[in-house]
Amino acid sequence: MIPTSEQLCAAVPGAVIEIVPSTPAAAQPAMLVDREHLVAVARYLKNEPSCQLDFCSCVTGVDYLAKGFIEIVYHLYSVALKHGPVVLKVRAPRELNQCHVPSLTTVWRGCEFQEREAFDLYGVKFDGHPDLRRILMWNEFTDHPMRKDYVPPADYEWEPTPHDEVLKRTKAAGGIMPPSAAVEVKK
Amino acid sequence: MIAAPSTIPAGGAITTQLLEISIGPQHPSTHGVFRMDVVLDGEVVRALKPVVGYLHRNHEQLAEKMSWLGSMPYTDRLDYFNSMSNNWAYALAVEKLAGIKVPERAEYIRVIMAELSRLQNHASAIGFLLQDCGAWGTPLLYAFKEREKILDFFETVSGSRMMCNYFRFGGVRVDLNDEMLAMARKIVAEFPKFLDEFEKLMTTNEVVLARCQRVGILPKELAIAGSISGPVARASGVEYDIRKVDKYGVYGQLEFGVPVGAVGDVYDRYYIRVLEMRESVKILQQVLRDIPAGPVQAVEVKLRGFKIPAGDGYGRVEGAKGELGFYLVSEGGPKPYRYHIRPPSFINLTVLEDMCVGHKVADAIIILGSIDIVLGEVDR
Repeated sequence: MIPTSEQLCAAVPGAVIEIVPSTPAAAQPAMLVDREHLVAVARYLKNEPSCQLDFCSCVTGVDYLAKGFIEIVYHLYSVALKHGPVVLKVRAPRELNQCHVPSLTTVWRGCEFQEREAFDLYGVKFDGHPDLRRILMWNEFTDHPMRKDYVPPADYEWEPTPHDEVLKRTKAAGGIMPPSAAVEVKK
Repeated sequence: MIAAPSTIPAGGAITTQLLEISIGPQHPSTHGVFRMDVVLDGEVVRALKPVVGYLHRNHEQLAEKMSWLGSMPYTDRLDYFNSMSNNWAYALAVEKLAGIKVPERAEYIRVIMAELSRLQNHASAIGFLLQDCGAWGTPLLYAFKEREKILDFFETVSGSRMMCNYFRFGGVRVDLNDEMLAMARKIVAEFPKFLDEFEKLMTTNEVVLARCQRVGILPKELAIAGSISGPVARASGVEYDIRKVDKYGVYGQLEFGVPVGAVGDVYDRYYIRVLEMRESVKILQQVLRDIPAGPVQAVEVKLRGFKIPAGDGYGRVEGAKGELGFYLVSEGGPKPYRYHIRPPSFINLTVLEDMCVGHKVADAIIILGSIDIVLGEVDR
């Protein structure tokens, strides 16, 4: 049995929960939880014997540029009771210095890589995440490419990669030049 | 008789220095451009960090700039072993959001395609696993011989061996004629022979038992908490199959079992795939017997100008690698506002370190092989 928002509010005092509808056909309404009580709500949903949502299937971000927030969406299922999905949502402002939500990796271990991915692509910081690093983009990359206002560079080849540093050092040490650099020297 | 060298201290303990090495990304045993940062104590793994992203192309952003149907061929490139199941997951998610009803014959055809795709995926997965154990080539080529027949069938039906692009919202692209069905029946009739032969060679093989048993044990609790799905989770004793739980398509009307492992080691992950193939054969026999006549495409779905009412939704299927899901957000327009894939290969890597720590570095290779990842899906 999946608890209603009133039951959840009673179980987690102070939590603010709003129901967000999905498309009419999909019929997967989501529970929008405030950032402060997200972990408590998640723990309740996982441990409460009547719902036992022990499987956090999918974690992702959505950038609502016009509305000014980024939404993190969690899809929860129960392996023990075979029901679901229960959709949890939490919102954070788009500004990079305020864009953080509590991490649920401590509740469901399976969030670890998926939260890293959301951090990498959306720039959402997950407070309390054990190992918050980029996962798909390379470490030297500075932007968050899934944001709706991301502008890709005109020339992808130009982006600084570790190779540029290596190249600089090779040149400085008088090492073997790559073909393009060797042409420059001849001039 | 050789005397023990005097450099070994009394008591026999030699202290070794921890060594950090990088396995991959260009290494045949990593199944693509995958890298593992491994900390070794002698030959024993002490820590392991997966490094992914070498094949990242931001598929999700590309899809957000295309029409709904425009991403269908691109889903083939996720897990390129199972383009049919990928197509189904995306079509299912869109149908769920839009409330499209699929004709019955199309549902049967979808099951045929998905199960054949599971057969060839599992056959090659265990072939690759045994290759990782050191059985160079032979078991893999036995598996590939069988896979080839299924790919020929896919080519006959869709025009392409691997990039099938066969599903459409509300159905499939072309109907199967009698010759195609006969071809499928022949494949299904011959497949158990291959399985028997393969099992005779492998299941009680001494080397396989020595290398795979009690290696890389994944406890059931960790499998659930770590969001592990598919054969890897079931080998650990998690009795969860989306075909049974969600009953999407016509799986609710079909009879098949869900094999579950007891230990959760590499051997269980090998054997669970053999058992799943036997169940898939059972499913295929039923659908090929019962397939009804009728249309294969819902008429109300337009190919051009297709739109979905505003809102979001999540649809998932039991792919060969695990739970393959799509989370889609629509704003009512011709393009998805958000298109997210839940990739089973990527999420199954979450517990790779837990499985490998304490084992030898050669075991880490077969543990990775037993998860069965495809980098097109891990990196997207």
